[in-house]
Amino acid sequence: MSFYGIVDGTESSLKHFLAQLPGVDQVGADARAAMLATRSIKTTSKRWAIDTAISMVDLTTLEGADTPGKVRALCSKAVRPDPTDSTVPSVGAICVYNDMVAIARTHLDAIGGKHVPVAAVSTAFPSGRASMEVKIQDTQDAIEAGAAEIDMVIDRGAFLSGQFGLVFDEIVKIREVCGDRAHLKVIFETGELVTYDNVRKASYLAMLAGADFIKTSTGKVAPAATPPVVLVMLEAVSDFYQMTQRRIGVKPAGGIRNTKDAIKQLVLVNETAGPEWLTPEYFRIGASALLNDLLMQRMKMDDGYYASPNYVTID
Amino acid sequence: MASPKKRSTNKSAPRLEVKKTFKLFINGAFPRSESGRVYEVSSNKSGFIANPCLASRKDLRDAVVAARAAQSGWAKATAYNRGQILYRIAEMLEGRADQFASEISLASGVTAKKAHDEVLVAIDRWVWYAGWSDKLSAAFGATNPVSGPYYNFTIPEPQGVIAVAPAESFLAFIDAIAPAIVSGNTVVALVPGSAAIAVMSFAEVLATSDLPAGVINILTGSHDELAPWAASHMDIDGFDISGIDKKKRSEIKVAGAENLKRIHSFDGALSPTRIYAFMEAKTVWHPIGV
Repeated sequence: MSFYGIVDGTESSLKHFLAQLPGVDQVGADARAAMLATRSIKTTSKRWAIDTAISMVDLTTLEGADTPGKVRALCSKAVRPDPTDSTVPSVGAICVYNDMVAIARTHLDAIGGKHVPVAAVSTAFPSGRASMEVKIQDTQDAIEAGAAEIDMVIDRGAFLSGQFGLVFDEIVKIREVCGDRAHLKVIFETGELVTYDNVRKASYLAMLAGADFIKTSTGKVAPAATPPVVLVMLEAVSDFYQMTQRRIGVKPAGGIRNTKDAIKQLVLVNETAGPEWLTPEYFRIGASALLNDLLMQRMKMDDGYYASPNYVTID
Repeated sequence: MASPKKRSTNKSAPRLEVKKTFKLFINGAFPRSESGRVYEVSSNKSGFIANPCLASRKDLRDAVVAARAAQSGWAKATAYNRGQILYRIAEMLEGRADQFASEISLASGVTAKKAHDEVLVAIDRWVWYAGWSDKLSAAFGATNPVSGPYYNFTIPEPQGVIAVAPAESFLAFIDAIAPAIVSGNTVVALVPGSAAIAVMSFAEVLATSDLPAGVINILTGSHDELAPWAASHMDIDGFDISGIDKKKRSEIKVAGAENLKRIHSFDGALSPTRIYAFMEAKTVWHPIGV
């Protein structure tokens, strides 16, 4: 079997390919991300960035205490983030646990939100510690319940102990289960991968195995989507596009809580991968609290005075 | 080469004074203004005195976020606990009374005696307001007679985040914040002009007291610049505009109408109504005999 004509899927071919990737200049990546974070985005650009960021939010609830009621409320918010302002775009997707997928899909369809996809976290999220059969079943369940996007986690233990073949095979198998019914996002949990070199290796591993999106984190581990990590991943998708002409998306998740953080991410995308990535098709932000801050910033720009959290929903 | 000993006793080089860098006080920390701006405080007698931060509307925004985050915790503290924390601040003020007096005298040009009297009055008023913390529910609460099988209580509760714009003096500042926080509100204070000198020393007292971060936030600068933003800010519940020019007050009140902000101004008189002005009544119906 050949993957993009680059590797054949065997342990040795993967090791060989990943070993020849150049190392990440850690100081350089930190400095570049910090420098891009100082860009000042104002007025019409800021307005555009806020609306774009809203349309990229994967509105997420991944709590043990999730209820059908909470998921339905979140779906309503996803379709119409600000009930008083119909010019606010719908979010990119709803991201929930497996058993909530059907509830979310049904409710979205019922309220005129057919255009909002449901993403399910699967493969024994967030730890990924389960047998392959269970992970496949988990994914199939989600797709049959109506998930159009699957957020899978990689086996970090296997990755860190150098069993790249194992990680690769898992992604390939889940890719097969998804087929053309669901988009596949691969979560690395960068907070557990320790180095930027590992983030780069994991990015290529996932892209070669057939990921549509690479995603930083589960949101359960800190640090999560730090700007330098996202920078490394954006460089990887950009280089991968040069190699294969296939555009892979990036999804930072975890720790992006306010408009400023979100706009910093958009600047990173524009300056690293390029404006082609600045659409919900290729860039998503996994978040929950972020949406309220984006809405409040939007109100501030419209009204000319500072907004209050009393005027957005509690979720 | 001169020996180290010789250098240190060299009388010809006078010691360089270590000047204080004035900053803002937001969320228990001392950040510079986001804008990087400062303004000059000087007097005819002593010339240049200091460069306090000229706070911007974004500093105000940050201060409101800090005040809002601190508010529920401060309101939940028992009245006794709030009172004790405020008394403790008075103890620390007493110990530094001479420093405050000299700063007031330096910045405003009043005599040392007058400045010292102002500090003592300020401390006494602080203690006076602190004493009200556990008396408010008795003074402003009630059990109401109602025609039905209910106990009906009215309980005074703090409003939330209060902005205050005191006149340009240390005493006016104390007069504005003490009644606002004793009930459980948190405060964003807009301190004008030369009052910044003594007030920022007061912030050093707050920073080493048991007052939780964010309960009192202090911005120094210009009322003209900050007050309209505070008035229209949807997350500020009340605004004490005692220090704002009478001609500009109606404009502030119009801007505050959008979120039904309570906007009051007070003369300097000591009164518990100044506390109650930023409290609201909650009424509870409790069924009996059914």
